[in-house]
Amino acid sequence: MTVSLVERIGGATLRHVEYVGGLAIQLQGSIRALGRTLPVVGNRSRWRSAIGQMFAVGVAAAPMVAIMAACAGFILAMQGASELRRFGAMQFVVDLVTIGFTRELGPLLTAIAVSGRSGSAFSAEIGSMVVAEEIDALRTMAIEPVEFVLAPKFLAALIVLPCLTIISSACGILAGGLFMRFSTEMGLGVYLRDVVHSIVLSDVITGLVKSLAFATIIVHVGCLEGFRVRGGPDAVGRSATAAVVKSTFLVILADVGFTALFYLTGGK
Amino acid sequence: MSQTPESATAEPAISVRNVVVSYNGRRVLDGINLDVRRGETMVLLGGSGSGKSTLLRQIIGLEHPQSGEVLVNGLDLAKSGAADLKRLRRSIGVAFQGGALFNSMSVEDNVALPLREHTQLAESTISLMTWMKLAVVGLAEFGRLSPQALSGGMKKRAAVARALSLDPEILVFDEPSAGLDPIVAAELDELILGLKAAFNMTVVVVTHEMASAFRIADRMAMLYEGSLIAVGTKEELLSSSHPRIRQFFDRVPDKIADTAAFDQYFQRYMEGGLA
Repeated sequence: MTVSLVERIGGATLRHVEYVGGLAIQLQGSIRALGRTLPVVGNRSRWRSAIGQMFAVGVAAAPMVAIMAACAGFILAMQGASELRRFGAMQFVVDLVTIGFTRELGPLLTAIAVSGRSGSAFSAEIGSMVVAEEIDALRTMAIEPVEFVLAPKFLAALIVLPCLTIISSACGILAGGLFMRFSTEMGLGVYLRDVVHSIVLSDVITGLVKSLAFATIIVHVGCLEGFRVRGGPDAVGRSATAAVVKSTFLVILADVGFTALFYLTGGK
Repeated sequence: MSQTPESATAEPAISVRNVVVSYNGRRVLDGINLDVRRGETMVLLGGSGSGKSTLLRQIIGLEHPQSGEVLVNGLDLAKSGAADLKRLRRSIGVAFQGGALFNSMSVEDNVALPLREHTQLAESTISLMTWMKLAVVGLAEFGRLSPQALSGGMKKRAAVARALSLDPEILVFDEPSAGLDPIVAAELDELILGLKAAFNMTVVVVTHEMASAFRIADRMAMLYEGSLIAVGTKEELLSSSHPRIRQFFDRVPDKIADTAAFDQYFQRYMEGGLA
């Protein structure tokens, strides 16, 4: 009984270590391949493929991210106001929403939305390619699958996730302003002036750095799940689920790490 | 085995030596030795689970053996550096069972892909070469279609065109007849014969279709439970008295029902042992 428990814990640990190792190897390969995906210096077809991915991952997700962020901004302002009103500190709602979105909610909400939309799409696309022997075909044609399939997605995500994060933060903050306009008659102009006062450049930068890390996690977990598909169509479905669950979990875990790091180093 | 003096001395195109592959402790390939000579059509025969697809994956370098070696043009696939491996892979064209065409691209883009990836040719030259490859397999008018719009046989022919695009020395087919009606399957056999005659390629075909194997093969190798039980010409295999080869050729099924187990179960049931 004890032995089997130890065995199980050992087996699960090995599996997780192996998974993280797989991610690290894939990441290393993709960083080398990113250079060949860049415009001008890289391969033209990879760059074209990356532009296609930017539309799929970024442009198509923008309305959803904007609406999600606006709702969250409205909620945050409402919840903050109901407490701060009791202390007569309504003006702090502006700080709450602004700092909350630039540092935290903007990158996190965007990453969760993209993980749900595109993480699953990446794994399903690559998983189907594995099942149809297309990945094998690439290798026999001396084309590296990580460069051909993954690198354009990676580059696209590294470009669009920060953009989506900015859209998300802007929408969240604007929705907070809308709430303030109706609940306290604070004009949008006054609100925005206060917002500009509350925004700190380092907060924006930490938010964007986080979004780059989240982009890396979403693309690599989604693609690794796809590359590891073995069997038939049911395995593709399972990989899509696993991609969303694992990438969302890892995004939140990374967020904890980053926030702790920024807190300890910058006192934020 | 009949060997002409020149083929006996020439280095084989593919040489498989003592290859062992196991999955989860089960030996899928158990010490395989096989030479494929330059310019010949070698057909790998065997039933389901005989290890022929695994052997094919070894030959095209998708997997490496646990022990033994696979030499293509004298170079070990498992030990080659990135540049050598790239060169070796360019010299082998593979037509996969289901075609493995990319649905996100048109048929002609699929065929042009290896050229765009590995050559610096102008786009006009690439499109001309693509058209020629498609014409060879009889699909010249279908280049602009999506692979999804093609029938099963056409997909396989398009896959052959893609495999031919870099003018490989070795052409490998995985189950060319599988899932095709007899007429289309026969057309594919003729295509393989025609290609070999026109380009003098070394061809390796994995199949379990006897008619197709006899039509195209110069030599055949028969796999059974991970071992090669015969390698030789059609005539040599036909005259073989090996029980497994006879069973395969005469289409005799294995005994499926285990009557002893049935009797035992029935006995226990009558004695009330299963209550």
